Amino acid sequence: MNSSSTSNDGDFSPAADQSTLKPESLTRRSFLGVLLGFGTVVVGAALSVPLIRFALHPLLTKTTEIGWADVGNIGEFASLTAPVKKFIRVEQLDAWRKIVSEKPIYVLPMKNGLPRILSPICPHLGCSVPWNEAKQEFLCPCHGAVFAEDGARLSGPAPRAMDELESKVENAMVKVRYQYFRQLIPTKEVLS
Amino acid sequence: MAMADPDKPQEKATFARGPWQRLYNWLDVRTGIGSLLHEALDEPIPGGARWAYVFGSVLLFLFISQTITGICLALYYVPSADSAHTTVAYIVKQVTGGSFLRSVHACGSSAVVIVLLLHLTQTYLYGAYKGRRELLWISGCVLFALMLAMAFTGYLLPWDQKAYFATTVGTNMAADVPLIGSWLKRFMRGGNEMGTLTLSRFFVAHVFVLPAILIAFIATHVYLFRKAGAAGPPSEDPVRPRLPPQRFYPRQVVMDTIVALLMILVLALLSHISPTELGPKANPADTQYVPRPEWYYLPIFQWLKYWQGRYAVIGIVVVPALTAVLLVCVPFIDRRLERRPWRRPIAVGVFLFILVCFVVMGLMSIRDDRRDPSIAMQVAKQREETERFMGEPFEPAPAISSLAAANVALADPLAAAGKKIYEDQSCSACHGENGIGTNAGPKLTGAAAQKSPEELSNVLRHPTAKMTAGEMPPVDVSDEDLKALVAYIKSLK
Repeated sequence: MNSSSTSNDGDFSPAADQSTLKPESLTRRSFLGVLLGFGTVVVGAALSVPLIRFALHPLLTKTTEIGWADVGNIGEFASLTAPVKKFIRVEQLDAWRKIVSEKPIYVLPMKNGLPRILSPICPHLGCSVPWNEAKQEFLCPCHGAVFAEDGARLSGPAPRAMDELESKVENAMVKVRYQYFRQLIPTKEVLS
Repeated sequence: MAMADPDKPQEKATFARGPWQRLYNWLDVRTGIGSLLHEALDEPIPGGARWAYVFGSVLLFLFISQTITGICLALYYVPSADSAHTTVAYIVKQVTGGSFLRSVHACGSSAVVIVLLLHLTQTYLYGAYKGRRELLWISGCVLFALMLAMAFTGYLLPWDQKAYFATTVGTNMAADVPLIGSWLKRFMRGGNEMGTLTLSRFFVAHVFVLPAILIAFIATHVYLFRKAGAAGPPSEDPVRPRLPPQRFYPRQVVMDTIVALLMILVLALLSHISPTELGPKANPADTQYVPRPEWYYLPIFQWLKYWQGRYAVIGIVVVPALTAVLLVCVPFIDRRLERRPWRRPIAVGVFLFILVCFVVMGLMSIRDDRRDPSIAMQVAKQREETERFMGEPFEPAPAISSLAAANVALADPLAAAGKKIYEDQSCSACHGENGIGTNAGPKLTGAAAQKSPEELSNVLRHPTAKMTAGEMPPVDVSDEDLKALVAYIKSLK
């Protein structure tokens, strides 16, 4: 647009027309072309590595997870004779957000020096199952599912026993990993 | 077209039957890529390629780099006063390569300013604005201003102490503009004070408005440059070049590429060795903080110190405006076709004078800060705070919705008692934790909590037909407990 002598305002044209340009030796031109193209691809690929790693960060590392929540000192549960309801603070990480919520759980009397922890969520339709002191049973208020002291299924519509939560003891502190499980199926399956 | 190009008989002979040539021909017939490449690469440069001409291409390259890194940063950034700092901390401390990428973007902005100044200086000293290149020059001036605006708006986005207070000073200056000053300041801030609206505005300017205008002006600038043609060395006639020209490709392309690669290398090394730091979150209540702008604004910062009180408007508005007008009008003032700098003593003298003033003023600003012990101490303290913050592990921000509802209830003992009943009665099984609702039952927040206590007690004791159909049982607790339960539901609003 700027180099040809046919430019509109006639007087505005470089003295040298395209055809009088002294071209570089043609083999050199194409050799450089290949070199430049190759170099661009290599450098471009090298540069895109940090970009791709950055963009794929959520896939390469866990950004959403539920950590371990404190239940209480192990001494608190040493002399339990019946399930006791406790509230735990569950911290869920969603990238830079921390979602804090209170969840009820049941701590069962210890067995082999380790407390067992049940989720109160009924495996039938997800109602919260309270411990019935008088009957010494877990009784679901919604559809009448009945569970034993250790969470085993006794009667009613529930397809399986109450779900046990993963727990551990660290420095005399009982910790639990709060999870949800799929309802209405006979096997315990974690909902992710 | 490529086939018909008389310049390339040898290439034709070597590649004509090769698959690459066939692909190229196929594309060329459909896209005209041959003439595009010819247009882009065979630009004649009077007098041949030179290292002095690389700055424009390097700027274009830096702009692309800033765009790509900027888009990547936006993947994790949230522009609100609540989240901005947390998300940038997340990028710096958590995201793979986040600190590096943010540094490339931040150092890239400094690189843009440096290369812009070099580009401007080269163009000016070579008199390359002469010979019907007024619009080319003006579009370059506009690009300069836009880039400075990009730097200014981008600086606030991390919402750390440095960003917050530097921008407070920057927007305060706008208030000194005659007539519209206070309005302009409020327009920039989205109100009287700095806040989340300021951040939104700066974000929108930095990410949507300014880049769009920049791209338009870059296109204009490149088009006008190609229209006028390369000016060549200072001895060349700016309108009718006489020196034997050389094509843009390959020599100039190779030079441009080498400098661009060096640029990447410097940026990457700098970002790797000393990544840009993030300070503690902005604390508007901090009255001690000594804000200092980025290095390229230091001369202006120093200049403004001398203009306080009644005559501030001269220093803040009149002189900078006159300088800007002078810069824009250069091609109209210096109209002779003479380009050699030693034959243009006034033009070059004024330029160098302004340049030296800028450098001296920047240095004076640094010297002033070092000499004043109270400022030096505060600056050192701010450094320490930044170092400390960088050393701390990433702290996720609590989601606002999560504990708020629970805490509201706990403020009122009756409601707190009600919360216990709510959980004991397994109300949460259907109505959800803190009454947020589940598939099995409606939420209690909002509408339900708006009902009067009497109404609520009544439906809890005697559910309506619709409620019963949804398997809501009558609540069987003492009157006192029911009162507490109602108080709890009322607190859920």
